[in-house]
Amino acid sequence: MDTFIQQIVNGLVLGSVYALVALGYTMVYGIINLINFAHGEVLMVGALTSWTVVTALGKSGLPGWLLLIIGLVAAIIVCCTLNYTIEKIAYRPLRNAPRLAPLITAMGMSLLLQTLAMIIWEPTYKSYPILLAGEPHSIGGAVINNVQILILVVTAVTLSGLMYLVNKTKLGRAMRATAENPRVAGLMGVRPDQVISATFIIGAALAALAGVMYAANYGSAQHTMGFLPGLKAFTAAVFGGIGNLAGAMLGGVLLGLIESFGAGYIGAITGGVLGSNYQDIFAFIVLIIVLTLRPSGLLGERVADRA
Amino acid sequence: MKLNKTTLTIGAVVLLILPLIAGQFGNAWVRIIDIALLYVLLALGLNIVVGFAGLLDLGYVAFYAVGAYMFGLLASSQLTDTFPGIAAMFPHGLHTPWWVVIPLGALLAGTAGMLLGAPTLKLRGDYLAIVTLGFGEIVRVFMNNLDAPINITNGPKGITGIDDISMFGVHFGKTGSFMGLEFPKVTNYYYLFLALVLFAIMVCYRLERSRIGRAWMAIREDEIAAKAMGINTRNLKLLAFGMGATFGGVAGAMFASFQGFISPESFSLQESVIIVAMVVLGGIGHLPGVIVGALLLSALPEVLRYIAGPLQQLSGGRLDASILRQLLVALAMIGIMLSRPRGLWPSPEHGKDSTPDTLPVSPHMHLAPGEQIPPVVTHIKPDAQ
Repeated sequence: MDTFIQQIVNGLVLGSVYALVALGYTMVYGIINLINFAHGEVLMVGALTSWTVVTALGKSGLPGWLLLIIGLVAAIIVCCTLNYTIEKIAYRPLRNAPRLAPLITAMGMSLLLQTLAMIIWEPTYKSYPILLAGEPHSIGGAVINNVQILILVVTAVTLSGLMYLVNKTKLGRAMRATAENPRVAGLMGVRPDQVISATFIIGAALAALAGVMYAANYGSAQHTMGFLPGLKAFTAAVFGGIGNLAGAMLGGVLLGLIESFGAGYIGAITGGVLGSNYQDIFAFIVLIIVLTLRPSGLLGERVADRA
Repeated sequence: MKLNKTTLTIGAVVLLILPLIAGQFGNAWVRIIDIALLYVLLALGLNIVVGFAGLLDLGYVAFYAVGAYMFGLLASSQLTDTFPGIAAMFPHGLHTPWWVVIPLGALLAGTAGMLLGAPTLKLRGDYLAIVTLGFGEIVRVFMNNLDAPINITNGPKGITGIDDISMFGVHFGKTGSFMGLEFPKVTNYYYLFLALVLFAIMVCYRLERSRIGRAWMAIREDEIAAKAMGINTRNLKLLAFGMGATFGGVAGAMFASFQGFISPESFSLQESVIIVAMVVLGGIGHLPGVIVGALLLSALPEVLRYIAGPLQQLSGGRLDASILRQLLVALAMIGIMLSRPRGLWPSPEHGKDSTPDTLPVSPHMHLAPGEQIPPVVTHIKPDAQ
């Protein structure tokens, strides 16, 4: 039973990170129908930026929580600028090009960011300092530390903030209108280019947040760290029904839980033949099953009939 | 593709003596050409799936891996070391001949392709891309972890000591001599790969113009319309997956015997991405374009590796050859797509919607004197969703 609750805690923490990244994918896809392959790399840049800031200020004697906030703000600023630039350089000129062209530039961007990060930060593993010290808490036999609590709280607050932004504000209405039909939205006085830029900036902020928390939770950062979370977050977005915000959140959390339970119990179920090193394939197996049975995802309203 | 006899002869002679000339500058150059030919084979295979049938496959490298691992297992000491039973059956070691391994590799990869295709038939576009990507990752995770509890793939350490191919008494791994010329291993493989690539080009060329190829392109352009025209879209999509995978499997088997060593590292998602990039950069669905794309992306970074030395010193060791290669591939992917979104050498049919001067008039259409040709809507662009 202890392991059961522990797996729920681990799954929720992991799922929160996936949900934050998945939102970036799903918002971009909803508006311009592009899989932004570079999104996982934005997460990585966020984590590494905050690592640089935090370690540089580490000797100044500032309290850990303040360092974390400073690192987070720096990461968000860098990532937003980065994602805004990426969109402007690599995606905007190809808005009306054949569908595969922006996909290829997105993959190229992902490779480019990884390479640049390797040059700037060098390809070594960096240990992320422990900023929120303190005894881990115990809930029903499961252990949860301060960083994990922070992740859950921050994710919940951010997600409700995003829901408010998209559903209640003027920008949110413009975003939904652009997603529905960019040309008609333009006729109604919305500037699609600005809305798309705003979407990329919001997505980058969420990814930066996820990156910092991911690094703080696992205690390390590296130039390839964005790849798998990015891939799984995209899986989560598809799982929940791409283009659908609530779907991305649900998909992210579910995927986190499935992975954590799968890794925790696969050894016992298969009698030790398959171990927790198979954790990474659960996401994809779930994805294949879901898409076969329900091709538009869990909450997707749109039919699969789109090229 | 209209070639007259002279160009054909010159081309053939150049291709035949190319490794002999390149070999003068060192076998490393011939090696680069060999690897480039393998990529051409892979790109041609993927072009069937992505270019002809319009199914975006981001897990293509999985089939490459299937072929490579099958060759690796059947022509090395890996299986006999693990299973004493197999060792007893083959007292001289397991050395399966090429005429078993290559067709088997093709068959196995083709079957894997169809198996992957079956559950994904209903999916379209980006969903398909992500599922195939997941499939590729699953294959890689299994290759990485199948060293316990029973050691089949030897995990991340990979399989070593894979046999060279020997065909009709010619041993490709040994330096042979013919008419006073030395033929080292890389040159022998060059001719083998060249023969395979030429065969693949012929198959693709014939396929493109066949009933099957036309049906694939119909599916690519509009699946519902294709279905309405009586095309069995399910079977044809499966066939596309299977055919494409077959090429990947054969290329994988060749890669295994050429390198003599395989590990999961060679079959990462990045390889899939680069193969897709080759197809799209060159000109999707257009054979000469695909070949150019593959040659460019595989050979150019390797060639530039040789001028990387000074740059490496300038940057204090940060820009080493492999980083520079990645940087160049990334920049090429972005740069070429931005300047030529349809690829470097796109297929000419795709250019037709740029203001046709003469309207397509069917030979059966007779016009009365003075009658105007009614405006024909040649292309209805679907509304951007």
